[in-house]
Parts: sequence; structure tokens; C-alpha cells
Amino acid sequence: MPEVTPGETGDGVQIDLISGARMEGLTSMEKIRLILDGVRDGNIVVLEEGLSPDEESKLIEVTMTEISPDEFNGIEIETYPHSQTGSQSLLDRLMGKGSDKKLTVIGPANQIETLHKDENLISALVSRK
Amino acid sequence: MGLFTDLRDSISRAVDRMFSDAEPKRIGIYGPPNAGKTTLANRIARDWTGDAVGPESHIPHETRRARRKENVEIERDGKTVSIDIVDTPGVTTKVDYKEFLDHDMEKEDAVRRSREATEGVAEAMHWLREDVDGVIYVLDSTEDPFTQVNTMLIGIIESQDLPVLIFANKTDLDDSNVQRIANAFPQHETVPLSALEGNNMDEVYSKIAEYFG
Ligand SMILES: Nc1nc2c(ncn2[C@@H]2O[C@H](COP(=O)(O)OP(=O)(O)OP(=O)(O)O)[C@@H](O)[C@H]2O)c(=O)[nH]1
Ligand SMILES: [Mg+2]
Repeated sequence: MPEVTPGETGDGVQIDLISGARMEGLTSMEKIRLILDGVRDGNIVVLEEGLSPDEESKLIEVTMTEISPDEFNGIEIETYPHSQTGSQSLLDRLMGKGSDKKLTVIGPANQIETLHKDENLISALVSRK
Repeated sequence: MGLFTDLRDSISRAVDRMFSDAEPKRIGIYGPPNAGKTTLANRIARDWTGDAVGPESHIPHETRRARRKENVEIERDGKTVSIDIVDTPGVTTKVDYKEFLDHDMEKEDAVRRSREATEGVAEAMHWLREDVDGVIYVLDSTEDPFTQVNTMLIGIIESQDLPVLIFANKTDLDDSNVQRIANAFPQHETVPLSALEGNNMDEVYSKIAEYFG
């Protein structure tokens, strides 16, 4: 799956969709760098296959070390585990077959008022700059 | 095969006992900011050692350094269980110093508090990956447990194969809902308590002895 980057047009919001294949060859720290660079640019980063628990723990740790007043407040993150039911929704197809792979949405905390999670809906209410 | 497995198990149990005698298990108290982690750590420490661990506060991120209380000896059913308790800063994915300004704090103090908080959370994550043998996960039972931070943290704890107990705190409050927490994490045992009032501490100590002894 290619990266979808609609490009920033004025007050628009950029979404980086990062495929599992793109993440596969990266080390944990490279993945975290890729995510945080996107988020710190004000983008919403969508990971097709999510992170391992260990990587999530490091993501929290590195996010903390990068928070700085009036500049970066941290992240909002939501994950969507692979559906256990047989129904093949769009998200199921997006997420592939592996049961521990989970679609993950990460965005800058200061821009995302609520990253709302529902059974099969992601809605990010983004406050535009 | 069965005999060999039994033998191996009993040897590893014996080794476990030797080590647990030599070194108390280090139990990390984790959970979101303001859940009552320090209130609980202080109550445990006061009940069994006579002194406290650190200050409690209604302002989030009161604890900004992991604090350890060593050799807390808990007596249960004629046995003594020795643990080190580690009170950790509340884990979050974001810290905004402006939130502290609402608590009557000057900007300079708020910025310092937020910087210390972020360092503390990073440190707590590090402890969780390297330095704890078991986890007490404390939740405010008046709040929605279905948050991403809770889900992630429980997932991280599970991936490390650490024994974990979920504590549903603040049961003294009217809108406390213990069942909601039990439903959120059905794979783990949920123990209701009020760390502030000292309610249900008997069960708390029995479970600690059972899980971490
Ligand atoms: N009603 C009630 N209040 C409680 C209870 N436990 C703690 N509190 C209150 O909740 C607030 C936060 O308590 P702390 O123990 O400082 O919380 P914490 O989890 O250590 O918070 P951080 O260190 O900021 O992460 C304080 O005002 C406590 O008095 C409880 O069982 N019942
Ligand atoms: Mg505390």
C-alpha cells in the first residue's frame, strides 16, 4: 500500500498512511522516529499494522522526552484490534489477517480534541490551526 | 516426560523461593494520573512499616519520580511476604503545562511541573520494561476505564508476563463503578478498595500476598 499524503493545503490536515510493509524493515527506534516526525509536523499518522507492546512503551517514553512547552504537548493514540468476527469490513481488509496487527491512529495532542473510538469507526475531530 | 516436567517445575519453584528469600519482589504501582497510587502506597507503607512514601495531591502529576519503599513485610495467614513497593508517576501520552495554570500555579512553576512530569513518565516506562517483578494497576473507579493509555499499559504489562492485579480505587465515592473496570479487563482480577478510607484492605493484602508472595 502506498503512503497517502494529500499534501498540506493551507489549513488542511495531512494524513500519513503507513503500510505494514513499509514498517517491516525498520527498527523500533526508526518506527518511532517516523511516527513522531509526522506527528510533530502536525500530521495524523495511521499505521496499518500498529506497534508491538514494547514499541508502544518506547513510543510513550520518547514522546515524553520530546514534550516542550508551547511547542509539543504529546500525542493522542487509538488502536483498533482485528475483528474476531468473520465479517470482512473495510478495516478488517486494511488490517490484513494477523490477529495481533491493529490499525493505529496517532496525532498531535494539541490538535486533536477527541480521537473518538467506536467499534468500526475512526473519527478524529481536528481543530484547525 | 511428566516426571521430568514435575522435577523441573519443583526445581524452578525451589530456585524461585531461594531468590524470593534473598530479594523481595519489586512491585510497581502503575495507573493514570490521580488514580490514588501514592495514597495506596502510603497506606501500605504506613500499615506495615510505619512511614509514608510520598505526597498525595488532587493536582495530577504530583508524583514525578518513581519512589521505592523497600522491604515492606506483609503478614498473611501466619506467613510473611516481603516486597519492595515502587510508586510511579501517572502514565499519560500528553502533558500540557497550561492545565496546571488552572490549579493556581504560576507559569514558571507549571512549566517546571510539566517538565518533571514528562521525565517521570519516561522513567516509569523504563522501570516497567526493566525493573519490576509485578504490577498493581490502580484505576479511579469513578472514571471510564476504557482509555487508550489503560489498554496500552495493560498490554505492555501482559507482554512482559508480569503478574498483575487491578485495583478499583475510590469505592467510597457515590459514582464508583467497580463492575465497569472488571468488564474492561476480564482477563485479570479486580480488587475494589478505598485507599483513602482504608476500605477492603484485608482483601487487598491477601491478594498481594497471593500474587506477589
Ligand atoms: N475519595 C477518594 N479519594 C481518593 C482515594 N484515593 C486517593 N484519593 C484522592 O485522589 C487524589 C489523587 O491521589 P494520589 O494518591 O496523589 O494519586 P496518584 O495516582 O498518586 O496521582 P499522580 O502521582 O499524580 O499520578 C488525592 O486528592 C487523593 O486524596 C480514595 O480511595 N477515595
Ligand atoms: Mg502519585
